[in-house]
Amino acid sequence: MKRWMLVLWLLLMPLVALGSDARSVSPDLNDKASLQRGLKFYVNYCLGCHTLEYQRYSRTAADLDIPQALMEEHLVFSSAQAFDDPMVNALKEEEAQQWWGVRPPDLTLATKHRGVDWVYAYLLGFYEDPSRPLGVNNILVESVAMPNVLEPLQGVQVMGCPQGASRVLSRPEECRELALARPGLLSPAEFEQAVFDITNFLAYVSEPSRLKAQGVAPGVMIFVFVFGVMAYLLKREYWRDVR
Amino acid sequence: MAAPKREENQGWMDRRFPARRLWQDHLANYYVPKNLNVWYLFGSLALLMLVNQVLTGIWLTMSYDPSAEGAFASIQYIMRDVEWGWLIRHLHTTGASALFIVMYLHMFRGLLYGSYKAPRELVWIFGMALYLVLMAEAFMGYLLPWGQMSYWGAQVITSLFSAIPGIGPGLAEWVRGDYLVSGVTLNRFFALHVIALPLVILLLVVLHIVALHEVGSNNPEGIEIREHTDAEGRPLDGIAFHPYYTLKDLVGVAVFLFVFCGVVFYFPEGGGFFIEAPNYAPADPFTTPEHIAPVWYFTPFYAILRAVNFSLLGLDARFLGVVFMAGAIAVLFVLPWLDRSPARSMRYKGWASKAMLGLFVVSFVALGVLGILPSTPVRTHLAQLFTATYFAYFLLMPFYTRWEKTRPVPERVVGR
Amino acid sequence: MADHGINKARRRFLVGATSVIGAVGVVGAAVPFVAAGKPSARARAAGAPVQADISKLRPGQRMTVEWRGRPVWIIRRTPEMIARIQALSPAALADPDSRQPQQPAYAQGKLRSRRPDIGVLVGLCTHFGCSPLYRPEPDAAEPKGDDWPGGFYCPCHSSRFDLAGRVYTNMPAPTNLEVPPYRFLSDAIIEVGEDGELG
Repeated sequence: MKRWMLVLWLLLMPLVALGSDARSVSPDLNDKASLQRGLKFYVNYCLGCHTLEYQRYSRTAADLDIPQALMEEHLVFSSAQAFDDPMVNALKEEEAQQWWGVRPPDLTLATKHRGVDWVYAYLLGFYEDPSRPLGVNNILVESVAMPNVLEPLQGVQVMGCPQGASRVLSRPEECRELALARPGLLSPAEFEQAVFDITNFLAYVSEPSRLKAQGVAPGVMIFVFVFGVMAYLLKREYWRDVR
Repeated sequence: MAAPKREENQGWMDRRFPARRLWQDHLANYYVPKNLNVWYLFGSLALLMLVNQVLTGIWLTMSYDPSAEGAFASIQYIMRDVEWGWLIRHLHTTGASALFIVMYLHMFRGLLYGSYKAPRELVWIFGMALYLVLMAEAFMGYLLPWGQMSYWGAQVITSLFSAIPGIGPGLAEWVRGDYLVSGVTLNRFFALHVIALPLVILLLVVLHIVALHEVGSNNPEGIEIREHTDAEGRPLDGIAFHPYYTLKDLVGVAVFLFVFCGVVFYFPEGGGFFIEAPNYAPADPFTTPEHIAPVWYFTPFYAILRAVNFSLLGLDARFLGVVFMAGAIAVLFVLPWLDRSPARSMRYKGWASKAMLGLFVVSFVALGVLGILPSTPVRTHLAQLFTATYFAYFLLMPFYTRWEKTRPVPERVVGR
Repeated sequence: MADHGINKARRRFLVGATSVIGAVGVVGAAVPFVAAGKPSARARAAGAPVQADISKLRPGQRMTVEWRGRPVWIIRRTPEMIARIQALSPAALADPDSRQPQQPAYAQGKLRSRRPDIGVLVGLCTHFGCSPLYRPEPDAAEPKGDDWPGGFYCPCHSSRFDLAGRVYTNMPAPTNLEVPPYRFLSDAIIEVGEDGELG
């Protein structure tokens, strides 16, 4: 029995251990305040271009403890949209093609597809690059098509060598460090919190049932455990026959 | 008058349906070696997972849309809009991987204790057929979410057919029903996944169990318990399957379910192995993901396919890869005739058999890991090495099992 | 496998306890599968309350809106129509005072409506679900008969209802037409599917 559990545990351990990285953010779906702030930022700065086509306003409101009236008044911008509708926008395909050359992707599953860390680093990774049509580039996506919509909050970052290092002596890959050149409305710490909130919100949106799953799980696990104990006692009782 | 009447009632059923006889023959009077260990749980667990797949699959079918336009969105519909849909889907996705985990352990048990040897060749062959059909079932099921990995995985695997000389290209198009994987392919894979293959699987399960109950279970000692029976013909070293092994399996089921539920509720993506990250983007026939890897249970064979980068006997590398991959599965079917050892169980076989089984396990796991990783020249060489040792285990078996010295197998099971 | 030394009471207890827990587990596992049959969030979104503008509905006219896939009639009743409903003999009707649970509490009584002049009804016959015809005039060619005071007539099996949706006696239809939950958002806007008071 013990040996068997060990076998299963060893099989599953590597799966559990994966995914922990040096610079990683871990979403906190229980932090409703963070999720609400993330929703607010998302609706104000992102939703105009990036839909959440699988997520309904009503579901978001219910999960994030936002009253329907408040949600409808402040967060559902288009009168054409109902409370139960998916969180989409009025952006037209042709306009998007004309402005950026691509349609901004739907972000419902972004944190699943790219990973939470990637989304977080991407939002923090914009820097000034006059060679680009929109004047910005991103450290994660070379020749990024998206403007830095959070620039009013963040300010402007530039890419350069680490402070104190000489440009001549440094190798080129070392000179990819971002530094704030002109501050925005938020301090760097506040801005990182804001980006975390957006990432956290997107992590919630990617699997809104996660909280429910974690809520149900302990009861199920305890039940299965109790059943296992009973089954073991029963088995042991009957196996007394076998000598 | 009352008592005979009740007996008549019991007889009424018995004269029309052999429920009582089936219960006796397959549970209460079915005798099983008393020394079965923990390795013998995985057959029951495989059956449990199969039931899980059928049940959750039926429920998923109720809300799934098998069209190229609607498939991807319908998965999110199940995950969000259908009540408890997230749980039913995660039971199905985790269940697929769990089924393969228990099946691999079940098969390893067969190798370890020689459960494929006479008189159990047919049990083994039905089992292998089951394994093969389940791989097809899993592969077709993986296309249904219509994500990037679904699409490109299906694209690569259906292209395997085009490697066959002559009829290849036409065959691949016939399998897909289109020039590339498309909604047509999705529709036929859906039909096969939810109707055709499950019927074949259920039939094979029945054949597997009927064949097993005809010859009886093997055991860790590899002793034939039916050779020593009491006056009533019951094996002296056997105990009734019910209640002894039903209860023992029940404990195993509880332990298994504990781990299984842990994964379903807390890590349904299985660290990216049970649900791969690229599959969270809808299928796009114009953009291949940077790195394509099949789901983990296919990767050993995928590694063998990729390892063959050389031509041989005038066959090009592409076709040869397919031949090796198919051979890696086909060779399992003839295993009962490759093993010439007088002993069944590894406990009484010689050091060569033990070493080769160890080498085989290492090769299989290593190939599995290599199949997940992107290929590099070094990894390709490693995959070639392990492909060689994989086949060596089988192809050298007639020689090393005859040459090595085995220990005599006892007549009776001692202790348990 | 001797029988001696077996603690039968303990066995019976363990078998019972494990069976009960196992049965609870099976029932618990069935809950998600049963619950999955309920209308999904998408179905509920599609079945959300609908609003209708009745400002252009003239007296005596009827309009139809779709709610949860069913036709819902909104009728602006004239004073004569109201008088005719109230004048009907209770003996002619199966449920003259709407005691059967075919309407919200606020739509009980003879007129079966929140406002006397506005009638709201689900336009499906309570017999087998055909949609009855609107025959408001007492002298309609169909159904034939001297005592027709105007109302609804089901062409499938000839069930008759008055202008408040009340079924006549001895009709195939067993009960009055259903009144859906509804409320007035303003004088001109009616919302079907929601009966809560405005906050």
